[in-house]
Amino acid sequence: MIVKNIVAIFDRELRSYFVSPIAYVVIALFLVIAGFFFYVMLNSFLNYSFRATMQAQYYRMAPPKVNVNMLVIRGMIHNFGLILLFIVPAITMRLFAEEKKSGTSELILTSPITTTQIILGKFFAGMTLLLSMIAPTFLYILIMIIWGNPEILPIFSGYLGLILIGGSFIAVGLFISSLTENQIIAYVGGLVVLLLFWVIGWAGGAGSKIGSVLSYLSLINHLDDFAKGVIDIKHIVYYLSFITFGLFLTYRSIESMKWRG
Amino acid sequence: MIEVQNLTRVFGDKKAVDNISFNVEKGEILGFLGPNAAGKTTTMRILTCYLPATSGTAKVAGYDVFDDSIEVKKRIGYLPENPPLYKEMVVENYLHFVAKIKGIEPRERKKKVRNVLERCAIMNVKDRIIGKLSKGYRQRVGLAQALIHNPDVLILDEPTSSLDPKQIIEVRELIKNLSGEHTIILSTHILPEVSMTCERVIIINEGKLVAVDTPENLTKKLRSSDKLMLDIEGPFDEVKSKLKEIPGVTRVSLDKFFKEGRGKYHIETKPDVDLRKTLAQTVINNNWGLYELRSEGMSLEEIFLKLTTKE
Repeated sequence: MIVKNIVAIFDRELRSYFVSPIAYVVIALFLVIAGFFFYVMLNSFLNYSFRATMQAQYYRMAPPKVNVNMLVIRGMIHNFGLILLFIVPAITMRLFAEEKKSGTSELILTSPITTTQIILGKFFAGMTLLLSMIAPTFLYILIMIIWGNPEILPIFSGYLGLILIGGSFIAVGLFISSLTENQIIAYVGGLVVLLLFWVIGWAGGAGSKIGSVLSYLSLINHLDDFAKGVIDIKHIVYYLSFITFGLFLTYRSIESMKWRG
Repeated sequence: MIEVQNLTRVFGDKKAVDNISFNVEKGEILGFLGPNAAGKTTTMRILTCYLPATSGTAKVAGYDVFDDSIEVKKRIGYLPENPPLYKEMVVENYLHFVAKIKGIEPRERKKKVRNVLERCAIMNVKDRIIGKLSKGYRQRVGLAQALIHNPDVLILDEPTSSLDPKQIIEVRELIKNLSGEHTIILSTHILPEVSMTCERVIIINEGKLVAVDTPENLTKKLRSSDKLMLDIEGPFDEVKSKLKEIPGVTRVSLDKFFKEGRGKYHIETKPDVDLRKTLAQTVINNNWGLYELRSEGMSLEEIFLKLTTKE
């Protein structure tokens, strides 16, 4: 029963993404930017390894082992994370704002389903769109596997990190969307909060105690280990608690809407 | 079916609903009447568990709207003032979605959707996108949405607003046909609608309950005198003076002349005496011609204004 309700919301939400242009625009935008970054990085990697090989030949040494994981994939994962930061609010902006504006919130909130089920349905719909957005980038990986020899595990961990950070972005966006009925405000608000969570990571450089706390809170900093190929349970816990907290705030926001009227 | 007790809802420092109590029996159609911003929508939203009450209780089919909201929601169909439609969806898919979240079993969904498409006469638009439908059709899709799970209680917030006269009549007929198996609360600020469709009326103003009764009783209770209208052929002065002599008549006025000595006489009588028989007898005894004899009750408009305007 509970799962069925979540699936009902999820299903409608996902379909509505794909009947409107939004899903296609968002996916296309992401792939264009991601593809550009991939091209630039791969190109500089090729230049670098070409020069290194030439140099080795000149000094009659064995050709150096350049690491595609280190030089391409790590940066790629990082870049994808940053692109997501700008694009995810566009995925989440309509999730609650539109329901509030069109009055359909009166339908779902007076139906025999709980607020939690609604939130989860919407969250997973956002997640699915996110996954279908980053899935085509496996093509880049495929290219590298065919003509190179990257290690598989760091790729896997990198994508796991991307999914987790994307989920955190969606949780934030969902919360901001539940605060307003204007989609533009939901987008800008979501972006501002996410940028804030990125920027506070820079405070870590100061070396103070507060600085290290702030840098721990930064969403992007936790992605680094995943990009390197390290799956650390503390980062997973961080992202999962971040998502839970975001969804909890959304829940409170929907409930308090009832009291504010 | 619905029990509301001392219901109060406060927004900031404004009391939107102020200590309202009423009951609705099973199968009854209750009209919720009031000027704009009287608290009709708020009361309905509390009943549908959309808003919690500040104080007081409301029960639907024995379940409290606050404590057992899921049970209440299962038994209520709600059509808000703006039908809650996803404009990008196709009508049939939309109803399927509503069937799902209303908890209808998968194998029954198709049947229920068909049923409701037929009942609301929207079979011909089932493959259209909701955003492209006319207002009348949207309203009907909204009604279909409220009916799909065959709820015990139907709550309709101004179901006929923004429809054209023909659509209004159709929607009213539809609502009337629904009574009996469903308990219906409908709000409106259109008065004839209430007397046409509702068995009982609640008049509410500035959040407070002003009156609860049948439309007829309200009319009866509030009039200070009865009014009768006669269309008589005869010499004016003689008719007027003879009518005045009848015991119980307090005022006679000649209002409109027709040719050949016909005129419309308005007679006011003491309340609770029916003089129609005596009047007809008088006319016949005097050998005048009687074209019309009709009692003019106080209209709902007058009652409404009387109740909702401050003296």
